[in-house]
Amino acid sequence: MKALVAVKRVIDYNVKVRVKADNTDVDLANTKMSINPFCEIAVEEAVRLKEAGVVSEIVVVSIGDKSCQEQMRYAMALGADRGIQVEAEGKVNSLDVARILAKVNESENADILLLGKQAIDSDNNQTGQMLAALLDVPQATFASEVKIADGKAQVTREVDGGLVTVEMDLPALVTTDLRLNEPRFAALPKIMQAKRKPLEVKTVADLGVELTNSIELLSVETPAERSGGIKVDSVDALIDKLRNEAQVI
Amino acid sequence: MKTLIIAEHDGQNLKGATLSAVTAATKLGGAVDVLLAGASVAGIATQAAAVSGVDRVLTVEDAALEHTLAEFVAPVAQQLAGDYTHVILGASTFGKDIAPRVAALCGVNQISEVIEVVDADTFKRPIYAGNAIATVKSNDSLKVMTVRGTAFAAADTGGSAAIEAASATVPAAKVRFVGAEVSESDRPELESAGIVVSGGRGVGSKEDFAKVFELADKLGAAVGASRAAVDSGFVPNDMQVGQTGKMVAPKLYIAVGISGAIQHLAGMKDSATIVAINKDEEAPIFNIADYGLVGDLHDILPELVSKV
Repeated sequence: MKALVAVKRVIDYNVKVRVKADNTDVDLANTKMSINPFCEIAVEEAVRLKEAGVVSEIVVVSIGDKSCQEQMRYAMALGADRGIQVEAEGKVNSLDVARILAKVNESENADILLLGKQAIDSDNNQTGQMLAALLDVPQATFASEVKIADGKAQVTREVDGGLVTVEMDLPALVTTDLRLNEPRFAALPKIMQAKRKPLEVKTVADLGVELTNSIELLSVETPAERSGGIKVDSVDALIDKLRNEAQVI
Repeated sequence: MKTLIIAEHDGQNLKGATLSAVTAATKLGGAVDVLLAGASVAGIATQAAAVSGVDRVLTVEDAALEHTLAEFVAPVAQQLAGDYTHVILGASTFGKDIAPRVAALCGVNQISEVIEVVDADTFKRPIYAGNAIATVKSNDSLKVMTVRGTAFAAADTGGSAAIEAASATVPAAKVRFVGAEVSESDRPELESAGIVVSGGRGVGSKEDFAKVFELADKLGAAVGASRAAVDSGFVPNDMQVGQTGKMVAPKLYIAVGISGAIQHLAGMKDSATIVAINKDEEAPIFNIADYGLVGDLHDILPELVSKV
């Protein structure tokens, strides 16, 4: 059984972003970049499925310039077997990403596709669902548990108000939520080994995909800052403020 | 200009996210239709028809639509979307699950978590965990979008829309609903509550979280949590407030033992009044709190419960 995992290179989640002075975008110059945390969870889940003997091969795919190979190597250090980088400059919108991944999967024919539920830069939460639509396969978003047996995936999803469990025939697509697993640390020998794993580079043109770029980014602003208030010195003072000043209780 | 709203419901009631979607649609102007897809939706259709601003309620009934899974709902929406300029869903897990699938089936992009409608093509939405606000313009002929409930007030009742059965076929899909575990609670829903009391890692343990629940019950409040509290296993994930959890904007938000990580602030900073209770007086949460109280929450919470 083959697993296809898509990963995105994003700003490290510990870094606070700054908006550029000209308001055209955020400033990512000299910023620490990492694998998107939800993508990392997707890689970890694929590796666990492989360790459990369910999956036999893990293919990791990333779209971007050469720098995204760093995150692909990281995914390989975690346990992915080989990588496909689709060379693209600048921002690629979700539908185009899904179209590229669908094209990659045409030759890969993965049984299970694992993606993070959202990237922490654009916060879109779209690519997995779009890819499932284009491939006409079932989708289980916000997964907190994945069980695969007998050609079926049983997935528990974290939804508003509780949990929902669905069963999907394979091939199927899963997007990962935070609590699906806790990714392992990549050990040094694995990082060294990952450098020798096969990594194929393709271009968007090779795949025959024409980018739509139908969403334009007009400007980026820093949100209005909320200013701090006062400190009170006792529970009584707090209750008094809430009752008489804010009038919220 | 014509908007189709894909209604969220649980088989009995229309969900609040849909009422916010109606408000967003009325900001666009033009006709507003609501698609109600389910197994048996007559009762919910009456509720939807009473929402102010709705022109027509379109019902599609099929046994396969019972659990409103994306694989069935999205193709139904796609079949109807041709008549519209905009398709809007609330940015709940239902909306986030379905909207991108509808957009891809229609061959267009999707705009997520809109917080402001600038004009028919241009929208504002938070990126980078709310640390930046992007203004984006869609050049697609059809705009499929989700809207954030905290940015658009729920539409009032008082409408009297027509209810019509729409014709759409529900395709077969290789997915089956197995079961649901609904969090049973008498407390108000987190995203629509007037008061929210949230606990963080500082609460200490699952057992100590009872003190947070006690204060919430005294105030008639919903209970939330920071990602740290969820990761520590104090409470389930559906209580998480923050960029990767729920967005709330109550009139009163009480953060207990929450340091104030950026990702948490993104989910609650639009609250009208914020109270922070934390023993670390340097905690960043105090920078945005209207009222801060420095001290041990294990003493403060019981005192608050006894005095409010």
